[in-house]
Amino acid sequence: MKFFRSLFQQICSFSYKTIVLAELEMRKLRHDPTELLTRAVQPALWLLVFGQVFTRVRAIPTGNLPYLDFMTPGILAQSVLFIAIFYGISIIWEKDLGVVHKFLVSPTPRAALVLGKALSAGVRGLAQGLIVVVIALLLRVHLNFNLLSLLGVAQAVVLGSALFSTFSLIIACIVKTRERFMGLGQVLTMPLFFASNAIYPISIMPSWLQVVSHLNPLTYEVDILRQLMLVGGTGTYQIGFDLGVLAAITIILVLIGAVMYPKVI
Amino acid sequence: MRIIETRDLTRRFGELLAVNRLSLTIDEGEIFGLLGPNGAGKTTTIKMLTTLLPPTSGQAMVAGFDVRHQAARVRKMIGYVPQLISADGTLTGYENLMIFAKLYDVPRREREERVRQALRYMGLEEVADKLVRHYSGGMIRRLEIAQSMLHHPRLLFLDEPTIGLDPAARRTVWEHIINLRQQFGTTIFLTTHLMDEADELCSRVAIMHLGQMAALGSPQELKAAVGQGEEVTLDDVFIHYTGNELDNGGNFRDISRTRRVARRLG
Repeated sequence: MKFFRSLFQQICSFSYKTIVLAELEMRKLRHDPTELLTRAVQPALWLLVFGQVFTRVRAIPTGNLPYLDFMTPGILAQSVLFIAIFYGISIIWEKDLGVVHKFLVSPTPRAALVLGKALSAGVRGLAQGLIVVVIALLLRVHLNFNLLSLLGVAQAVVLGSALFSTFSLIIACIVKTRERFMGLGQVLTMPLFFASNAIYPISIMPSWLQVVSHLNPLTYEVDILRQLMLVGGTGTYQIGFDLGVLAAITIILVLIGAVMYPKVI
Repeated sequence: MRIIETRDLTRRFGELLAVNRLSLTIDEGEIFGLLGPNGAGKTTTIKMLTTLLPPTSGQAMVAGFDVRHQAARVRKMIGYVPQLISADGTLTGYENLMIFAKLYDVPRREREERVRQALRYMGLEEVADKLVRHYSGGMIRRLEIAQSMLHHPRLLFLDEPTIGLDPAARRTVWEHIINLRQQFGTTIFLTTHLMDEADELCSRVAIMHLGQMAALGSPQELKAAVGQGEEVTLDDVFIHYTGNELDNGGNFRDISRTRRVARRLG
């Protein structure tokens, strides 16, 4: 009994501290939201230029969806990925400043620090999601505004951000300098994006790439988004399965991150 | 009561022996200064005592707990102000304090009062709601010390607390450090390479050189041991024990870091 009470207290304290770290991020964003706006440029260009051109070409089989609709969830996932994959740079920045030292000396479990960072990336991802939805609305994409679907979309965005930002944190802890990190980040983003179902269905890929894209977590994120965001959207897997895959990978990454994070200093 | 006790504390980085068999005891209520040139092993020592770096060998007890095996308990007992700037420039002073009050488990009912008290104590009430980015160097340091004191630790680690500050700001920080000890009985462990700082603040100092302890005692004792009759400053003591070869420590990385901190604080 006593054991369970102490376990319960520890879980509460763990969750609380994770949320405090996300709160920190939200406060930062509130003081300086300009970053969010500059980040909106890239998805806007993809939808406006790439999306509109390829809608005319009709080269990609998208079932009964217009191409622009088909790619919108993909672009949302992509812009969330791009933010998250460079999240590690802030860890290196904080290390150079001394912020990391202070977090590590505080009585906060390592895993809570890492999960808190992941959740913070989720907050940024949600803000980005909102921007993509607004752009998509302006372009008359047929979005589904069912409340439950919206919640599902938010969940997928937070999970996707958490997953890729924790991946990014682990890389940052290994490479330790900004220059090396930027190089690696560039190398990683494009394969993750193109070897997924973000802007074309997996079925048109050569078979080796199909295998790669099934190993790519981004594929599962897009699969959820495509089913929930669009009117008449369809996917490959059950949403529950997609969420399970993303959650499992995130948990594994957070555990690895908890071991790696103290090594960043 | 002994608040810090190390025995043969050692840390290697590959070939480099950063701290070599350091044995040290510090009593509760002391202001203890660890002196030494750049690269002498001061920061490595402080990182081991604050649980940031595991020792390669040897033992360290801090506030009664082993830094290696009881790290989580050590963390609850201590406060730490890193040499680098650790306050978040994109938040206000108040927010910086509030976040740490939460991370340090200050009970919800007391949080607001503790944060207000810390701001008042450090003379930061007026600028509490300004972004820390706009603070002066001395204000940032005071805020950082306030952050590290929110949970009323018994032991406070300050790594080069006045690096990059102008003389007036330095003096204010010194006064606050002395006050902390008088009001709360906090034991203070600081590193510095400013001899007047050590002379002004410390009840006892240790001089480190090439990872080892070269001398230990009160500033008066050390001066007496080195000089015979003539007017001796702590500078002379320092040079006596560390040799006066120029530039025997501190690599490019250390120096560029130190200068960056100095620029941001100045």
